[in-house]
Amino acid sequence: MTIELKPKDYKSDIKPVWCPGCGHFSILSALTKALAYLKIPKHQIGFVSGIGCSSRIPAYVDSYGFHGVHGRGLAVAAGLKAVRPDLHVIVAGGDGDGFSIGGNHFIHACRRNMDMLYIVMDNQVYGMTKGQASPTTAPDWVNKLTPHGSGVRPFEPLAIALASGSSFIARGFSGDPSAMSKILVEALQHPGFSFVQVLSPCKTFRPEQVEWKKQVHNTFIEPTNDSVLAAQRIHSDDGMGLGIVFQCKIPVWSQHSSIQVDTQNSFEAKIETITSEFEL
Amino acid sequence: MSISSFSVAVTGAGGSGAVTTGLILLETMAQQGFYGFMIRSSGPQIRGGESAVMMRFDTNEMLSTNNQFDYLLALDWFNIERFIDEIPLGANSLIIYDLSAGEVPEILSQSKAQFVGFDLKKLAKSIEGGRSNMVGLGLLVNTFSLSNKSINKAVNKILRHKGEKIVTSSIACIKTGMEEQSKNNTWSVHNMTPIFEKDPGDALKTESTRWSITGNEACGLGALKAGVRFVAAYPITPATEILEWLAPRLENLGGGLLQAEDELASINMIIGASFGGVPSLTATSGPGLSLMMEGIGLAIASEIPIVVVNVTRGGPSTGIPTKSEQSDLNISLYGCHGDAPHLVLAPLNISDAVFTTYWASCLAEQLQTVAIVLSDQFIGQSRAIINKPSFHEVNCQRTTLSKETFSNEQEDYQRYEILDNGVSPMSIPGTKGCMYTADGLEHNSKGTPSSMSVDHIAQLEKRQNKLIQFDYGAQWAEISGHGDVVLITWGSSSAMVNEAAQQLQKQAYAIKTVAIRLLMPLPIELLSEALKDAKKVIVIEQNQGRQLFHYLHAQNSLPLNAHAFARSGPLPLRPHEIVKFVQEVL
Repeated sequence: MTIELKPKDYKSDIKPVWCPGCGHFSILSALTKALAYLKIPKHQIGFVSGIGCSSRIPAYVDSYGFHGVHGRGLAVAAGLKAVRPDLHVIVAGGDGDGFSIGGNHFIHACRRNMDMLYIVMDNQVYGMTKGQASPTTAPDWVNKLTPHGSGVRPFEPLAIALASGSSFIARGFSGDPSAMSKILVEALQHPGFSFVQVLSPCKTFRPEQVEWKKQVHNTFIEPTNDSVLAAQRIHSDDGMGLGIVFQCKIPVWSQHSSIQVDTQNSFEAKIETITSEFEL
Repeated sequence: MSISSFSVAVTGAGGSGAVTTGLILLETMAQQGFYGFMIRSSGPQIRGGESAVMMRFDTNEMLSTNNQFDYLLALDWFNIERFIDEIPLGANSLIIYDLSAGEVPEILSQSKAQFVGFDLKKLAKSIEGGRSNMVGLGLLVNTFSLSNKSINKAVNKILRHKGEKIVTSSIACIKTGMEEQSKNNTWSVHNMTPIFEKDPGDALKTESTRWSITGNEACGLGALKAGVRFVAAYPITPATEILEWLAPRLENLGGGLLQAEDELASINMIIGASFGGVPSLTATSGPGLSLMMEGIGLAIASEIPIVVVNVTRGGPSTGIPTKSEQSDLNISLYGCHGDAPHLVLAPLNISDAVFTTYWASCLAEQLQTVAIVLSDQFIGQSRAIINKPSFHEVNCQRTTLSKETFSNEQEDYQRYEILDNGVSPMSIPGTKGCMYTADGLEHNSKGTPSSMSVDHIAQLEKRQNKLIQFDYGAQWAEISGHGDVVLITWGSSSAMVNEAAQQLQKQAYAIKTVAIRLLMPLPIELLSEALKDAKKVIVIEQNQGRQLFHYLHAQNSLPLNAHAFARSGPLPLRPHEIVKFVQEVL
């Protein structure tokens, strides 16, 4: 008999370090809801992250987890998925982790199109180091490190994901966990690399983000599989449009002959054949 | 004069075929029953440009350089000055050169070496599709009285993929060269022909198998034997051949190789794969190792077994990508921030690269830690004819929990539990009832992040103690000879130190050599035992900073009057340098 798991069963007993009112709480809830809906066995989940407030999330989910170093979650996940295609691999992190220190891994993870879900919990600020500009912060936002604003145009995550070859691109909002959960269900079922940016207000360092709930809009009703149209949609949007922008079917990464390590078999004979190559 | 060993160098411009000439000569000598090895040296060019191969042949297994070269076959004089430091010549050296390549450069004509010139180009032209490097090879092999059978077999093996025409014309060129050498009376054959102390063909009569293998291939083979099935890596000279060799063979074994976007990714990819339960490895060189330090620390803290093979090149920074040095010991020992105990091992020569990489991979798996294997360009890119490497089997199994071995309730599972041997129970994703989150943050025994001193101290001690408590056995070093003069060395210098020791022993010096294979954790008591009766201790290595010498002092493992013989690369160490230093010290 299989016991049906409820969303709360996917939560661990560790209390999050997040501030009261942090948008990340509802991302955790939306994700556990999606996992319960899809009935994914907990021990078949590999939940990977880097460093930052949001990257603490694997410890709060009752599954296998890997809380690695800053910016490298996607790389750990790629290695895990390469050898364990049977696992549901999820990666989560923040805007600094994913777009700044991990920017190169983001681009190449999109290109590689491995079957995994990548959630970026975007609050346009470095929270863990107490409030500095991130790649998605507006150029005129003032803080101690950038007293005149960064003066740098914000990173456009959806446009970069599209240009880099991600096969599923969506944006959610922590203030609408129900819609977000539906996006995550689609993303988890999508065969290939699914990128979901979630706008997640930081009450502590960006209190003005409380206004986001008035600014978001459900623009992307139906995903397109046309990358030109998707680019148009992304570029004509103000960055607050929600929904699945783009989804296409392209070959999912596999190691040509997919890596399937069979630990049961003895490889002695094959090793002997390889060894004999060296004989004169 | 009867000899057991001689050295040959071949130099030439890009396209002159110096490397092919070397490969065919090495293979011919192997077919004839010799042992030997061939070092490659090239400039920084991508394709074309000058290159040189340096070989030593012997009637016994031989992996050390010689003091000077007996033969230099100069296919032309192109950029010869760039190589001449690497090819020491003396009064007994013979330089065979192409008369059509112009005058002998001053840098060579000043040497005491003897010269003999042939019109290689003209001789080659007499054969359809003929090439002067093959004529030159014919001149050489005739001196060594090699059989036609050996030559034909070698040419076929090396050039078969280029087609029948090339094989035929090459063999014809070699014959022409041999005939030319026979009839040339300016070449005082009897002075230059090696007469061996024993029949090189003895190896053919007694051998079960001899191998032709490069150090990079040997590393790859050792990893496969240990069960490594996943590799993620970023190409880098001089480590790339490990990856090229492994890629198809991993697939054949059900594993695979993933080319990463950079070394930051490749180290994290193998951590992810190993977390997933598959023994994993990456190979790199200095610049890549620098980038990997972050990931190495993560694997140490989260106790995920991984292997990092570092094929050392000249440093720092981009340094000398194509040439050898032993200057990455410090970064391998100390490169991580925090207290980060791990394993550092170094193969002693090409043959030993099989066992050392195997052993390192097994130790990483057993001890759930990082093993750095310190090879170098001298070992990695050289090809050797050796006896089938000896092999000491060890336990390669990671202790993992499975549904069968773990029957307790989920609440009881502690991934980072402190046990007597320091090795905590590791579960693999997909196993029910023992889920955990691996973490680079300090954590308690359950894996929950913790900044409490009690957890930090307990976990730090566990990670240190599991390495110190482990019984590594006699494999930690190769100790040979007896005497109160002890030469301590590591890695690729070991072959030259052993050769020097043999020469000194012949001069009635009582010399012992200690070549350390396991550098971290250093088996301090075993080293003290080896140094018990020492009156003089000399630490020999190929770097400027005396890296091993300082490390041994820091471990309180050296007498205060110990001497250091340390010099930088990229010139390979030569036995006579070591002999001279030891004689001066004594």
